[in-house]
Amino acid sequence: MKRPIPGAAGSPASIEVALPHPRASRPVPLTRFLENERLLAFVLLTPTVVLLGLFIAYPFVMGIWLSLNSTSVGNPGQFVGIKNFVKAWNDSIFQTSFRNTFFYTFWATIFKLALGMWLALLLNRHFRGKRLVRASMLLPFIIPTVLSTFAWRWMFDPTFSVVNWVLYQAGFIVNKLPFLSDGAWAMWCAIVINTWRGMPFFAITLLAGLQTISPDLHEAASLDGANAWHRFWAVTWPLLKPVTIVVVVFSIIQTFADFQLIYVLTGGGPANSTHLLATYAYQLGVNSGLLSEGAAISLFMFPVLFAVVWIQLRYLRRLEGA
Amino acid sequence: MVIEQRWKKWVFFYVPLTLFMIGTLFPFYWMLITAVRPDAELYRSWRAVNNTPFWTLSPTLAHVQDLLARTTFPRWLWNTFFIAVVSTGISLLCGLLAGYALARLRFPMAGMLGTSIFVTYLVPPTLLFIPLADIIRNFQLGNTPWALILTYPTFLIPFCTWLLMGYFKTIPKELEECARIDGATRLGAMVRIIFPIAVPGILSAGIFAFTLSWNEFIYALVFLSSPERKTVPVGVVSELIRGDIYFWGQLMAGALLGSVPVALVYSFFVEYYVAGLTGSVKG
Repeated sequence: MKRPIPGAAGSPASIEVALPHPRASRPVPLTRFLENERLLAFVLLTPTVVLLGLFIAYPFVMGIWLSLNSTSVGNPGQFVGIKNFVKAWNDSIFQTSFRNTFFYTFWATIFKLALGMWLALLLNRHFRGKRLVRASMLLPFIIPTVLSTFAWRWMFDPTFSVVNWVLYQAGFIVNKLPFLSDGAWAMWCAIVINTWRGMPFFAITLLAGLQTISPDLHEAASLDGANAWHRFWAVTWPLLKPVTIVVVVFSIIQTFADFQLIYVLTGGGPANSTHLLATYAYQLGVNSGLLSEGAAISLFMFPVLFAVVWIQLRYLRRLEGA
Repeated sequence: MVIEQRWKKWVFFYVPLTLFMIGTLFPFYWMLITAVRPDAELYRSWRAVNNTPFWTLSPTLAHVQDLLARTTFPRWLWNTFFIAVVSTGISLLCGLLAGYALARLRFPMAGMLGTSIFVTYLVPPTLLFIPLADIIRNFQLGNTPWALILTYPTFLIPFCTWLLMGYFKTIPKELEECARIDGATRLGAMVRIIFPIAVPGILSAGIFAFTLSWNEFIYALVFLSSPERKTVPVGVVSELIRGDIYFWGQLMAGALLGSVPVALVYSFFVEYYVAGLTGSVKG
């Protein structure tokens, strides 16, 4: 009965095997209970399901309920149907923030993808100090967005902007540029900062994808006479597409639901011209205490996010099926 | 390999890479230089002749001293650290258990559960903060660190589970089967055989989760109200700006010091962080 068990000496497991009837001699109901695969899975998943249910599923359902009522701080309100959604739809600030959210997401994603891809291609080459360069490139993504956005806000300060100073000294401008005091300018500033922050994420993830592509393929293509531009579109891009799509989807969700960058940079101003859905929902729901109207505005994000997630899930399924 | 001319290498490689480096790092340099610049120099007209914005000849630590001695900044650092560590711990534990179950065990609805955990990963906090604030109030958690410690895992667990599940799948099943033949229980094999092998994956998930919780803003902004309970990002935004006046020296000192801990953690574990980052999207 007793077998030598290499490497397991001294552990409780080896003692158990040495006994003639381990189960009978040491009845441990809990352990036996956990031998059942389904029960063990149930036990292991419970903490996760409880936490996610309590703080994601429950608030989500409650958000929908809240948006169908007329609740505000200190007033429980009553059921009003879709009135909040209709009211928001006809609200000019909402319309601006709705448009801004798409505009912001669209351009920021394009820039992040283009620059991130470029940077990934640069970092995929061999050069001295590569690890250090790669590590420092990721810094904008690590540092709390709120704190780095403050640095940008100071760089775009109406009176003391260093960008204005450089452009003035270089002779490009005579008067200061209205970085944050003009709505359209401020929106582009936010897009620049979002790109600055999110580009490293694209670059590093795409770099990981690039590193799985065999150099032999490039060698073969260049022997066939393809130049760098053709090699990128014929070899790199098709192989990189799956990673790219996942990264883009992830970034669209983050950018579409962005809050902190605008909150710190402009607070939605000047004259409510740079609000995103999230910052406007915060202004109504938290600052003005109109909980129901704020919740309704947040929920306007849902169809878009849902569509994006759905497309991604379908795409992943197709990849797995292939 | 493809042979290149020297000028081509400069135009297509060194110049763009240098520009990327400058663009990436300049805001951090600007934070640093502002933090050590005396006030008299800070607010000088942009057309002044003696204006030297890119360096200072009289660096000062006055802003930093002010920040540490006259504000509750040290307290915010501690709060952020405590909340980030505890919520990362909770998320790692949940992620380990759930990731193992989804990767290894057969049970009904496993696929559906995996998908729904992945989907919650994509639900942004900005969609939920208003009803969640209500729930936090009902649970009597408002203005306590627990409001954040319990809600941060909602965006950390899905990611940890996803990452660790991928990691567990790469560990050969035979290892576990050997242990079970030798008499280990399922739970024993999981804890003593699989978890130790998964340490690199756990580190990746942990580092990534830590930086995410250090970064979090909207929940901390909505759920906390007393100045001494705030986290660094919220404290800097709401307490260092008095009325409409921006004390840029102090603000930049706060931004810099608030970034140091997370940058340090990152710099020690760059490889793990990158593994977590790339793993988080590939699944």
